Amino acid sequence: MTIATEFGTRGGILAERNLKYVLIAPAVFIILLIGLYPILHSLVVSFQDVSALFKNYDFVGFMNYGRLFGDGRLWYAMLHTLIITAIALPLELVLGLLMAQLFLEKMPLRQLMVALAIIPSVLSPVVVGASWRLMFDDRFGPINAAIRLLFDERFSLPWVISPIAVYPALLITEVWQWTPFMFLMLYAALSNVDQSLEEAAKIDGAGYWTIFFKIALPSIWPVMAIALIIRALDLVRIFDIAWVLTRGGPGTFTETISIYLYQRGFRQFETSYTAAMVVMIVIVLSVVVVWFLRRMEVTGAQAR
Amino acid sequence: MRQSPLNMWLRFVVGLLVILIVVFPVYWLFSMAFKTPNEIFAFPPVWFPGSFYIENFKTMWRTDDLVPVWNSIVISSISTAIALCLGTVCAYSMARFRTGGDNFAIWVLSQRMLPPIAIVFPLFLAYAFLGWVDTWHGMILVYTAFNLPFVIWMMRGYIQDVPVELEESSLVDGCTRWQSLIRVVLPMSRTGLFATGVFTFIFTWNEFAFAFVLTRDGVLTFPVHVSHYFGALSTYWGKVGVISLIATLPVFLTVAFLQRYIVRGMSMGALKG
Repeated sequence: MTIATEFGTRGGILAERNLKYVLIAPAVFIILLIGLYPILHSLVVSFQDVSALFKNYDFVGFMNYGRLFGDGRLWYAMLHTLIITAIALPLELVLGLLMAQLFLEKMPLRQLMVALAIIPSVLSPVVVGASWRLMFDDRFGPINAAIRLLFDERFSLPWVISPIAVYPALLITEVWQWTPFMFLMLYAALSNVDQSLEEAAKIDGAGYWTIFFKIALPSIWPVMAIALIIRALDLVRIFDIAWVLTRGGPGTFTETISIYLYQRGFRQFETSYTAAMVVMIVIVLSVVVVWFLRRMEVTGAQAR
Repeated sequence: MRQSPLNMWLRFVVGLLVILIVVFPVYWLFSMAFKTPNEIFAFPPVWFPGSFYIENFKTMWRTDDLVPVWNSIVISSISTAIALCLGTVCAYSMARFRTGGDNFAIWVLSQRMLPPIAIVFPLFLAYAFLGWVDTWHGMILVYTAFNLPFVIWMMRGYIQDVPVELEESSLVDGCTRWQSLIRVVLPMSRTGLFATGVFTFIFTWNEFAFAFVLTRDGVLTFPVHVSHYFGALSTYWGKVGVISLIATLPVFLTVAFLQRYIVRGMSMGALKG
């Protein structure tokens, strides 16, 4: 085996130095191929003027970027995405924390309940979308049926196509799927909190909530921050659940950035314009993420 | 022990309610698999299937509706295996030699944070040019790349936990680096490797955006196939129920049986990150 002989060369700092690059090379190559190449390609195309009908490979400067600012639909898509993120993220955090607190303590069937509770987050968003399309159906959906049973016999609300109910429907689905993920992370973190600290605080007369806010919360903060950033990034690029549930409708009422991108790129074939959007999104997200990660690392290092 | 303002039985009841909310929508979808068309579209809804109706399953077997599930199995397992191999080796280099330092680690992680739709648009143009749209190797390559950052990030944490002294002594005893990786480091971090593998598989299994754009009917994966069955007008809820049930139950069982590994793996990975 050639690889074995590669690895066999030990002795000498030089061999070691080469080895470490040999080890990362295949992974880096694939990431560059699929991760970086598309972005570079977009960068080039975004300065051209290519669409399905009109293929102009001359460079046109910042024309496409200029159009971004005048594109009302793009700004609305951003607004929709921000609204969804701003409501779903705190909800998932609070509900996840409450669930974690609830299942942290002894109760019958706890193990089973925790196993059941994390089910939604291992489902495909498409399956979740299908499930909630059924739940929200205006005729044979259980939610409308329950409301009919309890309040009004003639109640019939087509949730996913009615402008007043579509955001609640989307948010309920999103929060239902991802709160369990939040719960699992926080549950694991809370089970690792140093019990002796809590005991000591209790002896000193601290109440339940004081212990929670002064001891438990600070010690799970690193996990919580990671869980929050994972969820925030997922929400900002939300595509699958929204697509399956509403297709961005009614009209463009729930169109998120990812859905708008898809429509422009794959339905209207505005290649260059979509590429400009891609570049803009990549730049904005990269700046935010790198800034956040660096901040996290600095604070993490100080805490240690 | 902790002391809560609620007593145990009250908490138990609240817990049951939470579980009901979590489980009911899944039950509802799965129940479609066993309902007759009349029961599916009944008004008011039928809460339990009246009989053990398996006609939906038979139909699925006759038509080619389960082929996408097979496609998903092939694509997810191969890309998970490749990502685990390449990612672990890369993580080993980063953990032991600090290759690339923190900047490289952050760069790797940041690859995971771009919107799939943003990546897939230019990728589609490239694939169309190369003739890779709707091919096995095309899909496996995409998912390998998509999963590598996660594998690297998780495994870097786990390998850092393996005491360097153990490895040094194996090197002194005459192992090559490669042997020491296989015989010392991997067995020591097998829990982490296993949890990472399960997660990677589930991510790939459930992924929608890439498969939606990059497959037609040749290597269609099951999420895309399911999404075709509930359009605005025609909806085959029986079929959606059957495919969802068949494609999701294995995941449930894995997660239920390996719950401890998964909880530990998840929190450890996050803490190391």
